[in-house]
Amino acid sequence: MAVVITTDRLTRKFGNFTAVNEISFEVMQGEIFGFLGANGAGKTTALRMLTGLLTPTSGVATVAGFDVWKYPEMVKKRIGYMSQKFSLYEDLSIRENIRLFGGIYGLSRPTVRTKTDDLLRKLDITGEADKLVGSLPLGWKQKLAFSAALIHEPRVVFLDEPTSGVDPLTRRQFWELIYQAAADGVTLMVTTHYMEEAEYCDRLSMMVDGRIEALDTPPQLKKQYNATNMDEVFRAIARKN
Amino acid sequence: MAANIEISGISKQFGTVRALDNVSFNINEGEIFGLIGPDGAGKTTLFRILATLLLPDNGTARVAGLDAVKDYRALRLKLGYMPGKFSLYQDLTVEENLRFFASVFGATIQENYDLIAPIYSQIEPFKNRRAGALSGGMKQKLALSCALIHRPEILLLDEPGTGVDPVSRQEFWEMLSSLRKKGITMLVSTPNMDEAALCDRVALLQEGRIMAVDTPEGVVRSFRYPLWAVRSAEMHRLIEDLRQFEGAADCYAFGSFARLKLYPSYEDSGTETRIRAYLDEKRHRQTELLPAEATIEDCFIEYMKQ
Repeated sequence: MAVVITTDRLTRKFGNFTAVNEISFEVMQGEIFGFLGANGAGKTTALRMLTGLLTPTSGVATVAGFDVWKYPEMVKKRIGYMSQKFSLYEDLSIRENIRLFGGIYGLSRPTVRTKTDDLLRKLDITGEADKLVGSLPLGWKQKLAFSAALIHEPRVVFLDEPTSGVDPLTRRQFWELIYQAAADGVTLMVTTHYMEEAEYCDRLSMMVDGRIEALDTPPQLKKQYNATNMDEVFRAIARKN
Repeated sequence: MAANIEISGISKQFGTVRALDNVSFNINEGEIFGLIGPDGAGKTTLFRILATLLLPDNGTARVAGLDAVKDYRALRLKLGYMPGKFSLYQDLTVEENLRFFASVFGATIQENYDLIAPIYSQIEPFKNRRAGALSGGMKQKLALSCALIHRPEILLLDEPGTGVDPVSRQEFWEMLSSLRKKGITMLVSTPNMDEAALCDRVALLQEGRIMAVDTPEGVVRSFRYPLWAVRSAEMHRLIEDLRQFEGAADCYAFGSFARLKLYPSYEDSGTETRIRAYLDEKRHRQTELLPAEATIEDCFIEYMKQ
């Protein structure tokens, strides 16, 4: 299986504060990789470096075959990114949002049209295509934002707290989309504060104060920390420091 | 005067959307009451009405003995409100925010410091940092401190746990339970079922209507379906297969297991054998099968699918 993300002692400092401190890991194609940690542990800073939005202070990271420092634009073409805060343009309709994202990634008009139809059918919202995104419930917005992040067929998608504030039923529907994308060979890097979702990941890393404290499959982590669930693992690692 | 909340027949419409539809329930003095429901259920609309920021179309709300419409000025002094969206001044420091909120209510930090000390002391080392530069967990602690600094009788907390890591969330709930001991009545909304389980009582809100009001244990007791926890080497395929199982009412992911919900009439002494045979037939490996107890999350999913 191909390696899609590598980091080697990746570091980012802000003044004399080290937000990300020499993290090294690899993520394989089609893997659902959970990126966990307390608020302020450095997850978002790490994600911003991997998505080419922030230059590292030192260390190396490659995503989809390109060095994020040297070729951030090549990386951006091959990845999708969904942040919890910015999802879509609220004052555009569903169809307009998809067309906008397709256009930004340089897809042709016929391709965008086909993609739009597929996406609407997959989410079962064909009848809602011309509704303003601002009028949709949060769960729909998040499913739509994820689908928009996939429109240019990226090799890697970064999801930053995609299910934050979303109810348990909608959260599960969202995870089914994640599984489908992984089955299609897309690599997914997901952050979450819900520990039952951590169980759905193939492998997990836990960041504490800018470092990766633990990295393994959920069953191995539970075994290592002698825990019955991921919540206990999280507490054990976060409290150790 | 009792610091309780009486909500009676509240409705609110925005254009064609009925945000709240004849909502009635009471919250007792000193209770932590959970308002649980999906996004768009009307939770925030109800908070805004109780916080005197929005007028209901119909119905009345009495909060701490005062009418939320007629007595809004007097009521505001008795209320602490922590909105779902971070609403402090990002370009003021931690301490400046706190001082500002104290002075708006004619209070001082010194006179009420004892109330906020357990939580504020955790962010006090950063009191000269701008609020906008705080992490999510610290922002939440500051917002709670600001909502408490005028010593309110009633605290309205709109999704305080959203976007907060599990350890900070637990610290936050420990804080709420110490506030309850001081007699403060709390209404907390959340889409997280682990938080709902920590409330004294909860109301399930969906599409503007109250589906149930009960203790978390009472909600769980009302659940009628037999549940099984199932695991295999291929979890995603397992869930899809179990949805096709003859007795299945539903199947969904639940931590490291899949949750199989059966029709009550299907359950008998042979259920386990039939599920095992089905798993073999579908060639699932490394399977585990255990009977499971319902949780509030199962009940919530059930209500949402109704």
